[in-house]
Amino acid sequence: MSERDEIRRKELDEVIEHYRGQEGGLIPVLQKAQEIYGYLPEVVQERIARGLNVPLSDVYGVATFYSLFSLKPVGDYKIGICMGTACYVKGAADIVDRVGSELGIKVNETTADGRFTLEVTRCIGACGLAPVLTVNKDVYGRLIPDEIPGILSKYKDM
Amino acid sequence: MAFYRSHVLVCGGTGCTSSGCQKVQEALATSLKREGLDKEVAVVQTGCFGFCRLGPIVIVYPEGAFYTQVKPEDVPDIVTEHLIKGKLVERLLFKEEMHEKPVSLYGDIDFYKKQHRIALRNCGAINPEKIGEYFAVDGYQALAKVLHTMTPQEVIDTIKASGLRGRGGGGFLTGAKWEFAARAVGDKKYVVCNADEGDPGAFMDRSVLEGDPHTVLEAMAIAGYAIGASQGYIYVRAEYPIAVERLRTAIAQAREEGMLGENIFNKGFSFDIELRLGSGAFVCGEETALLASVEGKRGMPRPRPPFPAVKGLLGCPTIINNVETLANIPPIILKGVEWFTSIGTERSKGTKVFALAGKINNTGLVEVPMGTTLREIIYDIGGGLPGGKTFKAAQTGGPSGGCIPVQYLDIPIDYDSLAEIGSMMGSGGLIVMDETSCMVDIAKFFLEFTQDESCGKCTPCREGTRQMLEILKRITGGQGKPGDIELLEDLAETIKAASLCGLGQTAPNPVLSTLRYFREEYEAHINEKRCPAGVCQALLNYRIEPEKCKGCGLCAKECPVGAITGERKSPFVLDAGKCIKCGACVAKCPFKAISR
Repeated sequence: MSERDEIRRKELDEVIEHYRGQEGGLIPVLQKAQEIYGYLPEVVQERIARGLNVPLSDVYGVATFYSLFSLKPVGDYKIGICMGTACYVKGAADIVDRVGSELGIKVNETTADGRFTLEVTRCIGACGLAPVLTVNKDVYGRLIPDEIPGILSKYKDM
Repeated sequence: MAFYRSHVLVCGGTGCTSSGCQKVQEALATSLKREGLDKEVAVVQTGCFGFCRLGPIVIVYPEGAFYTQVKPEDVPDIVTEHLIKGKLVERLLFKEEMHEKPVSLYGDIDFYKKQHRIALRNCGAINPEKIGEYFAVDGYQALAKVLHTMTPQEVIDTIKASGLRGRGGGGFLTGAKWEFAARAVGDKKYVVCNADEGDPGAFMDRSVLEGDPHTVLEAMAIAGYAIGASQGYIYVRAEYPIAVERLRTAIAQAREEGMLGENIFNKGFSFDIELRLGSGAFVCGEETALLASVEGKRGMPRPRPPFPAVKGLLGCPTIINNVETLANIPPIILKGVEWFTSIGTERSKGTKVFALAGKINNTGLVEVPMGTTLREIIYDIGGGLPGGKTFKAAQTGGPSGGCIPVQYLDIPIDYDSLAEIGSMMGSGGLIVMDETSCMVDIAKFFLEFTQDESCGKCTPCREGTRQMLEILKRITGGQGKPGDIELLEDLAETIKAASLCGLGQTAPNPVLSTLRYFREEYEAHINEKRCPAGVCQALLNYRIEPEKCKGCGLCAKECPVGAITGERKSPFVLDAGKCIKCGACVAKCPFKAISR
């Protein structure tokens, strides 16, 4: 096991320890585990199931029910295009098309180099700035498709 | 205590944060320091002012000068002109669409003049990260009053008498809910705040959480006292990172100041609050699904009764109130029932916050008395539609609601009037649409949403929404058949009647309401294979009108598939066989000569 794996596993064990025996602890543990690993691989789900003493089927059931959990690795930069009503009527679909064609991927795909993942998200509540996209925690609003290459280039060189 | 001659308020809501308010605030701090004014002028980061279109927004008090779209490079002007010389920086002042002269003062702006802010009273007025500022605006006074002078039953009676109804969508009487939970037998009881604002197009709860988190904590403690609970949970969306952070800060500060925790105000009442983060499931806004999620399970609803007030979280009596509802509680306790019931209509008291978005000039949050007309909200406060477009419909209530057509612009809006015309209050999202919005497409958009968010427990909802969506896709794709409308109506009835929770029971509403008011649009799609709004790509037929075409050739240059040909200075021709209907030519044509 690499050093990085060991650190992450230790972190995960601490989280499990903290929530063990607490009612409703499974979802917070999965949220923290995803922060640590970026997604929820099978081995992590197994470790959580054992640690919290709940059936693996429960862990898997919860992990697949909520849309913010991912069972597949995601890119370094997660691009989320808001598909709330306000963004939709202001042309969010054109933004999705443009980001997709710039990166050569479809929605819910990751670029081959592992840098970008493209997702459409539920309303993020920035309706006053529609249409909106997020790159990790950065928010870009009042978009037109021609602005997309400029935004992406900021992250391509990072 | 430090005394400042001026306060510069910088909006730190999600909207302004993405417009770059952080840099403006930093620039202000450096600039003030350089001029030696940092002991005279305070910079305050507040919650949302509601006027998201024009962010970042900066207000300078005591004058109340309202500066919009402020960039870091504008800061030196604000400092030297306004704060040193005492002159307004005219070029940054807000300009009303209708008026020529800029409006200098916050209170003079049409957007704010007709508003009546109760739930949003502190948003944009105080620093949400400092409990001291909340104290300064009578924060936690209501909790003190309740603990010192009222019995739990008196609190319940007050809320009942105020007529406050749930602002999250249901419109159930808040006081009645509290009474059920108070009477229910149980060793443990819980107060849960539903901050899972999933309704697309609504963002008032986010604004309250970001701009005035303590009001939610205070109201929850009051509710806890009323029903006999000592533990509260706030179920907040993970999609709202700023709100989550501010809530964490607020809870820590409230504990430190003794507003939460053991023996509050030495009155023997203990109450504490924990956060639970949602993980992206719209159905968790439904109360029984939300409770399942707080318990760490898949968020699926269960049949009611028993209602959560009797058997809720972990089997204990639980009340679940939405953020905006809670934000009304402290003012009702402090200002009294008479004051609150003087606002609003007969059966809907108080105010409602609406999130204005879509094809409207002033996007943002507005709080108006119940009974205000849609026309006042859209035209007087919202500044009308941009680009001279005409109003076609307003969508309220999100995926559970419906579209309100132009003939109802003048009905006074409250819970009951909206239900009568086939829409609903919902959480208060209000999306304005103009003639370029296709109603069939909007119905399809909402069905895509509900179909995807259906938890799958009830077959009519799981399968029925899928079938409805398939039909709508066919209609917008040019494959509609006679009988489709009737089939949609039939499916809608079954789904409404046979689903367990609000998601399924209301999922067909967007289709039913658009069928009610825009049936001819459906018929045009099905019978004439035509989309009157020019949205549904498969139904568009691009054509160059020879009498309007000046032969400039811009369209031919723009066309990605070479479908347009012609000689310069004579009308060009579009080959419909090659056309991929991308719309690039329409966007480029200076003479509006291309029709679809």
